[in-house]
Amino acid sequence: MVEKRGVGTNMVHLVLITGIVIVCFPIYLTFVGSTLTHFEVIRPPMPLVPGPHFIENYTRALTSGVHVPVGRMLFNSLVMAMGIAVGKIAISILSAYAIVYFRFPFRMLAFWAIFMTLMLPVEVRIVPTYEVAASLGLLNTYSGLILPLIASATATFLFRQFFLTVPDELLEAARVDGAGPWRFFKDILLPLSVTNIAALFVILFIYGWNQFLWPLLITTKPEMNTIVMGLKQMMPTADDYGNWPVTMAAAMLAVLPPVAVVLFMQRLFVKGLVETEK
Amino acid sequence: MEKRVTFDHRLLPYLLLTPQLVVTIVFFFWPAAQALYQSLLLPDPFGLSSRFVWLSNFEYLFNDRYYLEAFTTTAVFTFFVTLVSMSMALLFAVLADQVIKGASTYKTLLIWPYAVAPAVAGVMWLFMFQPSIGVLAFYMKAVGVPWNPVLDGTHAMTLVILAAAWKQISYNFLFFLAGLQAIPKSLIEAAAIDGAGKWHRFRTIVFPLLSPTTFFLLVVNVVYAFFETFGIIHTMTAGGPGRSTTILVYKVYSDGFVGQDLGSSAAQSVILMLVVGVLTIIQFRYIERRVHY
Repeated sequence: MVEKRGVGTNMVHLVLITGIVIVCFPIYLTFVGSTLTHFEVIRPPMPLVPGPHFIENYTRALTSGVHVPVGRMLFNSLVMAMGIAVGKIAISILSAYAIVYFRFPFRMLAFWAIFMTLMLPVEVRIVPTYEVAASLGLLNTYSGLILPLIASATATFLFRQFFLTVPDELLEAARVDGAGPWRFFKDILLPLSVTNIAALFVILFIYGWNQFLWPLLITTKPEMNTIVMGLKQMMPTADDYGNWPVTMAAAMLAVLPPVAVVLFMQRLFVKGLVETEK
Repeated sequence: MEKRVTFDHRLLPYLLLTPQLVVTIVFFFWPAAQALYQSLLLPDPFGLSSRFVWLSNFEYLFNDRYYLEAFTTTAVFTFFVTLVSMSMALLFAVLADQVIKGASTYKTLLIWPYAVAPAVAGVMWLFMFQPSIGVLAFYMKAVGVPWNPVLDGTHAMTLVILAAAWKQISYNFLFFLAGLQAIPKSLIEAAAIDGAGKWHRFRTIVFPLLSPTTFFLLVVNVVYAFFETFGIIHTMTAGGPGRSTTILVYKVYSDGFVGQDLGSSAAQSVILMLVVGVLTIIQFRYIERRVHY
């Protein structure tokens, strides 16, 4: 710090606090909305301080919801997010291991085939991907929610970059001691990758949890909806239909798991974010 | 970069690669090829058979007023989302970089919106600004600001831009903050000794040194606004009123799934694939440069 004058510093704090108030306001209002009655919400202006209906609205959201209980949708989201995170990490650590630690024909072809997937987000190829998933009978299944989204190169790249920084001496030493490929992977490479795996897991969990378009297409049964897409269906379209406080309670529940992950695993989150973008 | 020492095994590497390659082929190459193939077909009105029409789907698209409109809409949307979220994030990052007391609290309170799904962000912002129930919409009307995003295209556009920019602030903030902290303090001190004021130092030292970060974020934000904001558009406006917020990705969806115009939707997919390809190449070029920097 160069300047240490009081007035300037106070200004800085003031602007920062204003910024934070603006950034945090949407979630505050959502929270307030989730503690009122439907009548209080649809007769503007709604109060700006929380009301007494917290337990009532959250219980109603979790157990009955609008079309399907939010509890059920949260479970679906959890399965999807975990499936995507674990699946992506598992298939990409194996393929990165193959690409870095083995020499074999078509190695570069495999590398480029995986690399190309980096380019195409699911949003761009939705119609044909939907047709493929439908023809494989994946509609309304957890596999259908998970499998198409684990085809991505980011994680493979991260592991490849990391494996390349692991000293060759480790492999030499392991081979002298008679360790085969599996032994080396399990006892040396995997323990070394723990931090990377954890950081990636945090990012991928949020990515999977927040998917919207794919679940929207692949699930037609309300029982298979995820919370992020199901929220849209819960939104009241007219004043006499639906229930705003219950919808807002569902919105709070929808953001709680990923926000908790970011806040409580902040260091891993930042590490993951910076590394997946490299 | 290659490993000096490797394992010698004939079958094992293929086994290790199989899961990823199977998933990639089934859910990536097959659909992408399908999109390419379908973009050259024109199904008959009953969907019973298709005719090969070469590039006429593309020709039709580029003569389609609505498609060209979607391009303009996407450009406006992307420009403002990037501008608003990056400038807010830069302001917060520059300030947060200066404080000592409470720095980590500020950081924590600014990064959580990253975890909010675009679709949920859309619901939250709609809850504030929806003309009939939104509390902020109520106060805007009370002080005489005309506001009706349900009917007015410009208002709707403003609303989706704000929601999309809000969600992206945390991401930009984190990268700007990291960029600022990487600038050697001695440079700033030297300039201060030479009598350069805060603004002068920012303009001539900090901002230029931050340019790799800025450029990287520019690409990321464009990709975000192009592709990841589908949820925001779908929950808040569904492309309306009157196509005023129909961005390209939304049009692929609405033509393909709602309009059932598969040839056109596939052609649009192919065009977007090209856009992503170009953006990816720009990104990689830049990363090579950053290594030298």
